[in-house]
Amino acid sequence: MSRRPYIRPVSTTGWWLRDGLYFRYMMRELSSLFIGAFTIFLILGLYRLSQGRAEFEVFTARLLGPAGTAFALLTLIFAIYHTYTWFQVTPKAMPIVLAGKRIPGFVIVAAHWLLFAAVSATVWLLAVIF
Amino acid sequence: MARSHKPIVWGLFAAGGTVAAFMLPVLLLLSGIGITFGLLPGDFLSYDNVRGMLQHPLIRLLTFGVLFLIVWHAAHRLRITMHDFGIRADTLVAVLFYSVAAMSTLTLFIALVRL
Amino acid sequence: MSERTVELEILRYDPDQDQEPYFQTYTVPYHEDWVVLDAINYIKDELDRTLSYRWSCHMAVCGSCGMVINGTPVLSCNTFLRDYPDKIRIEPLRNFPIERDLIVDMDDFISKLTSVKPWVIAREERSVDDGEYLQTPAQLAVFKQYTACINCMLCYSACPQYALNEPFVGPAALALAHRYNLDNRDIGRSAREDVVASNPGIWECSFVGACSEVCPKLVDPAGAIQQAKIASTGDYFLDFLMPWRRK
Repeated sequence: MSRRPYIRPVSTTGWWLRDGLYFRYMMRELSSLFIGAFTIFLILGLYRLSQGRAEFEVFTARLLGPAGTAFALLTLIFAIYHTYTWFQVTPKAMPIVLAGKRIPGFVIVAAHWLLFAAVSATVWLLAVIF
Repeated sequence: MARSHKPIVWGLFAAGGTVAAFMLPVLLLLSGIGITFGLLPGDFLSYDNVRGMLQHPLIRLLTFGVLFLIVWHAAHRLRITMHDFGIRADTLVAVLFYSVAAMSTLTLFIALVRL
Repeated sequence: MSERTVELEILRYDPDQDQEPYFQTYTVPYHEDWVVLDAINYIKDELDRTLSYRWSCHMAVCGSCGMVINGTPVLSCNTFLRDYPDKIRIEPLRNFPIERDLIVDMDDFISKLTSVKPWVIAREERSVDDGEYLQTPAQLAVFKQYTACINCMLCYSACPQYALNEPFVGPAALALAHRYNLDNRDIGRSAREDVVASNPGIWECSFVGACSEVCPKLVDPAGAIQQAKIASTGDYFLDFLMPWRRK
């Protein structure tokens, strides 16, 4: 018998559509598209702020308009998915051993969510007060 | 095979991802959605109010730090994603995306300094 | 009397005769306690002696019988007929060239495994007279999980980065490097760096996590690689700031 190994072709663009895990991975990665785009949009807003009142008010009109709100909401959904997946993988990337025992993953994840709540509340309060 | 230089961008990616995870949802609520859904007064994003919030140099420094890290996090992740979509010109994609991140960083810096 | 049967749709390929692989269907009797490997053995014994496949221990420790069953890379000795519908599709491991039927060419995997220097690189040479290394349970616990790999290659079959980029060193090899880097008897992290911290090493990984999902031994290669990225980033910046620190 002679060797003639057969290499099966792989779809380089559509591979992630064929499996739930791959699809959720791609959604996680695509969160950065909205996160990046909206952050650049905010940076633009800060630039407009530095230019003056008139320019900034044009910007806020766009931000608070229907398109801006839709963009922000979509980004919010992706941002929360990013937070969720980021916290989920943290115990794997940084295992913590205390007194010879590894701290269970869900404890680390829960601690992150608590910290997230604290940070969010703090930032919100500071922004509202000042 | 030589040691890669990816740690430079990966460090930014990891820091930016952590900052994004903790800060983005509340920042998104503060930058428009909060007003639209009645959680914040209509004049929250007025010119005077926003300038007032960003008056303190420490706040401006933090703002720079947060947005800088998030933009580089997104640039790196998107570069990887292009590769996942089958786009093989990785160097071109990297240069393009990191350039956008760099220009955004510069714009941000100029904006915050000028305030 | 009709006993319950299961249909196995198996990818066949004979390099001497076939231009490309094709599916062949076999009907085997259903047994409550059978695994897919039992059904495949039945086919070879009773229905088609030409069917070729690898297997050995039949108890998920040798790593020989990896194959893709209904789309997921699994060990066929660990996969029960009762957990599947009456029609089961069986293919060889993905991302490896098919030699024949369910047998794949493992050369790339083996060479990558060897390339990470999977042995203890000790501080100094020890002879047998020096006695054994003393290692506490705590020291062992640090790396024990990563010793569990049985080289079954399911992780390579699941990894989309390996599918898209053949030079990628891959989950098992990188997890194995991590096992040695974490072992307190070993000082070889810089010796492994050229392979591990290279672009086709840990940096090709984008943390899809499919490898850890399919691993039958719960090695968690994805976690190992992320830990290696953090360590490598630390090394990179510390070496930059303190170039004298390395031997």
